[in-house]
Amino acid sequence: MSLKIIVLAKQVPDTRNVGKDAMKADGTVNRAALPAIFNPEDLNALEQALQLKEQYPGSTVSLLTMGPPRAADIIREGLFRGTDGGVLLTDRAFAGADTLATSYALACAVKKMKDYDIIIGGRQAIDGDTAQVGPQVAEKLGLPQITYAEKILKVQDGKIQVKRRLERGVEVVEAKYPVVITVNGSADDCRPRNAKLIQRYKYAKTISERQNQDNDYFSNLYENRPYLNLTEWSVSDVDADLDQVGLAGSPTKVKQIENVVFQAKESKKLSGNDTEIDELMKELIVNHTIG
Amino acid sequence: MNNLFVYCEIEDGIIADVSLELLTKGRSLANQLNCKLEALVIGSNLDGVEKQIFPYGADTVYLVDDKRLYPYTSQPHASVLINLFKEKKPQICLMGATSIGRDLGPRVSSALHSGLTADCTALEIGSHEDKKAGKSYENLLYQIRPAFGGNIVATIVNPECRPQMATVREGVMKKEIVSPTYKGEVVKLDASKYVSDTDFVVSVIERQIEKSKINIKSAPIIVAGGYGVGSKENFKLLYDLAATIGAEVGASRAAVDAGYAEHERQIGQTGVTVRPKLYIACGISGQIQHIAGMQDSSMIIAINNDPNAPINTIADYVITGTVEDILPKMIKYYKKNSK
Ligand SMILES: Cc1cc2nc3c(=O)[nH]c(=O)nc-3n(C[C@H](O)[C@H](O)[C@H](O)COP(=O)(O)OP(=O)(O)OC[C@H]3O[C@@H](n4cnc5c(N)ncnc54)[C@H](O)[C@@H]3O)c2cc1C
Ligand SMILES: Cc1cc2nc3c(=O)[nH]c(=O)nc-3n(C[C@H](O)[C@H](O)[C@H](O)COP(=O)(O)OP(=O)(O)OC[C@H]3O[C@@H](n4cnc5c(N)ncnc54)[C@H](O)[C@@H]3O)c2cc1C
Repeated sequence: MSLKIIVLAKQVPDTRNVGKDAMKADGTVNRAALPAIFNPEDLNALEQALQLKEQYPGSTVSLLTMGPPRAADIIREGLFRGTDGGVLLTDRAFAGADTLATSYALACAVKKMKDYDIIIGGRQAIDGDTAQVGPQVAEKLGLPQITYAEKILKVQDGKIQVKRRLERGVEVVEAKYPVVITVNGSADDCRPRNAKLIQRYKYAKTISERQNQDNDYFSNLYENRPYLNLTEWSVSDVDADLDQVGLAGSPTKVKQIENVVFQAKESKKLSGNDTEIDELMKELIVNHTIG
Repeated sequence: MNNLFVYCEIEDGIIADVSLELLTKGRSLANQLNCKLEALVIGSNLDGVEKQIFPYGADTVYLVDDKRLYPYTSQPHASVLINLFKEKKPQICLMGATSIGRDLGPRVSSALHSGLTADCTALEIGSHEDKKAGKSYENLLYQIRPAFGGNIVATIVNPECRPQMATVREGVMKKEIVSPTYKGEVVKLDASKYVSDTDFVVSVIERQIEKSKINIKSAPIIVAGGYGVGSKENFKLLYDLAATIGAEVGASRAAVDAGYAEHERQIGQTGVTVRPKLYIACGISGQIQHIAGMQDSSMIIAINNDPNAPINTIADYVITGTVEDILPKMIKYYKKNSK
C-alpha cells in the first residue's frame, strides 16, 4: 500500500521576536520586517507524513504552501527533510486573506494536485493563532477532519487511526481516507535537515526566483535536473474565483489594531527582609485579603 | 428574527462552564441588540438539561438528542449548526474556544461562508464604516482578540456575512445567573432532519477525558510559579504557601513546559484567565502572554530576584528576592499569627 500525502505548511513571522514595525498602518502584517520561519506545528505535521512514507514504501509527500515568493523556502525546507516536491501558491490577489479565503485558495490548489489520501497540516499558525484553516480546508473539499492529532497509529484497509490530544484527555478515532488531519505541537519533533538532501536541493528554485540567475550555467542546470524546478501556481493556475480569494474573499475585516501596553501601577517596593515580609503579611490579614 | 445563538458543550450531562460564561455574555449582547438569546445543545440523553441553561437568561433552548451525537464528532454537529442556521438566520453565534469549538466553528463558518474570529477576549456592539465602499453598518459585533503571539490586539468585524461567529476561551467571560426562575422555551429538534447518515464518518474508538480537578479559575487567591522557581521540588514551597493561606497554585507556561506544574494550572493567553483578589507571582518574568491572563487581579504581589522584571510594573507589591527565601518567611508569619 502506498499513500499520497499533501502537507500544508505556512511560512510565518517569528512572533516570538516581534519588533515595533511589525504591523502596517492598514492593520495588515508587515512580513518583510520579521524573520520568516517554518510554522512550528507544521514541522510536527511534516514529521508524521515522513514517518508514513517510511512505513509504506512507494508513498509520496508533497508540500503545499501559500505565501509571497520567498515562501519557496518552505518547499526547500521540506525537500531537505525528505519530501518529494512541493507547490508554492503565490499571487498578489491572495494578499490580505482571512482564514476562509486562505482555505479556499488551498483547497483549489489541492484539487489541482488531484491525487491525495491524506492532507496534513499544523494545528495552528503562530501569527494568526486561529487553528481554523485545517477544518475549513476539510469542509471545502468535503472531507472528514481529525484535529489535535498527536500520532497516526495505523493505516489499514482504507482507514486511518489517529490519537488526538485534547484539553482534558486523549481520544483515538478512526476515519476513512481521504481525510484532513491537523497536528499538535505535542507530536514527535521533526527530524533535522539531511546533509545529502541539502546538497541535492540547494539550488531548487521557482521560476520567479530563477529570473535573477539567467546565465548559461544555471539554465543548463534546470534543464538537466528537472527536480530542481519548483512548481509555482497563481490564482488562474488553480482556477480560483477572484471574488473568493484575498481581502475581497474575506468576510472578516480587521477594523483596528493596537499594540499591547499595560498600565504601570504605582507599586510598593520591598527588599524581602524579615520585618518587611512580616508587615506585608500582617496587612494582608488585617484587611482580610487572606485569612 | 435574527437572534444570538450559543453552542453549548456538554460532558457527562453537565453544561461546560465556558458555555455558561458565553450565555451570560450573550444575554447582555442580546439585550443591547434587542434580540433573543438562544442556546443549542447537541448530544444524547439531554432530557432536563435546559434547567442548567435557563437561569443564565436563554429565551430558547434547542435540543438535538440522538445517541449517535455523543461523544462529539465534527461533521454531525457541524451539519446541525449549518442546517439550523440556514433556517433561523442568526446574527451572531458564540462558542467556546475549546478543542470542540475550535474544531466545529471553522467547519460551520466555511460551509456558511461567514467570518469566524478565534479566541476573543472581549465582545462589544458598535458601528463600522467602510470608507472604500462608502457603506456604514450599525450594531456589528466587535470581536476583540490578541494575535501575533499576544503582541497586538485586533478588533475584527464581519460586515456582510451572517452569522458573525466568534470563539472565546474558558474563563475569559464572567458567568452570572440572571434569575434562578428565568423562563424560556424548550424546542426539541428531530436529529434526522439535520444530520445525514453519511456525516458519521469518524468513529471514536477510545476516549479518556478527565474531569478537571484543579479549579484555579474561581480561586480567590492564587500563588503562581514561573520558570524562576527552578524545579518541581521548589514548587512544593508554593503548595505549602497555598495550603497555608487557602489558595490555589497556578503556573506560567515556561513552568508548565518545564514540567513543574500540570497544564491545567497554566495562566495566560493560552491557558486560563483568572481574576482573584490576590495574585502572588513567584519567579515569573511577566511576559505579555502571561499578564494577559491575570492583569485583572485585584492585588498583585511579585516575588522576583530581578528588580527590573516586567511583572513588577503591574504589581502592587514588588518583593526583590528569591522564592526560596521569601515563601518560607510568609508561611512562618501566617502560621504564627493567624489563629
Ligand atoms: C491581527 C490578526 C488577527 C486575525 N484574526 C483572524 C480571525 O480571527 N479570523 C480569521 O478568519 N482570520 C484572521 N486573521 C487572518 C489569518 O491570520 C490569516 O488568514 C492567515 O493567513 C491564516 O490563518 P492562521 O495563521 O490563523 O492559520 P491557522 O488556521 O492557525 O493555521 C492552521 C494550519 O493551516 C495550514 N495553513 C495555514 N495557512 C497556510 C498557508 N498560507 N499555506 C499553507 N498552509 C497553511 C498550516 O498547516 C497551519 O498550521 C487575522 C490576521 C491578523 C493579522
Ligand atoms: C503564542 C504564545 C502564547 C503564550 N501563552 C502563554 C500563557 O498562556 N501563559 C504564560 O505564562 N506564558 C505564555 N507564553 C510564554 C511567554 O511568552 C513566556 O515565555 C512565559 O510566560 C515565561 O514564563 P516565566 O515568566 O515563568 O519564565 P521566564 O521568562 O524565564 O522568567 C523567569 C523569572 O524568574 C526570575 N527568577 C529566577 N530565579 C529566581 C528565584 N530563585 N527567585 C525568584 N525569581 C527568580 C527571573 O528573574 C525571571 O524574571 C506564550 C508565548 C507565546 C509565543
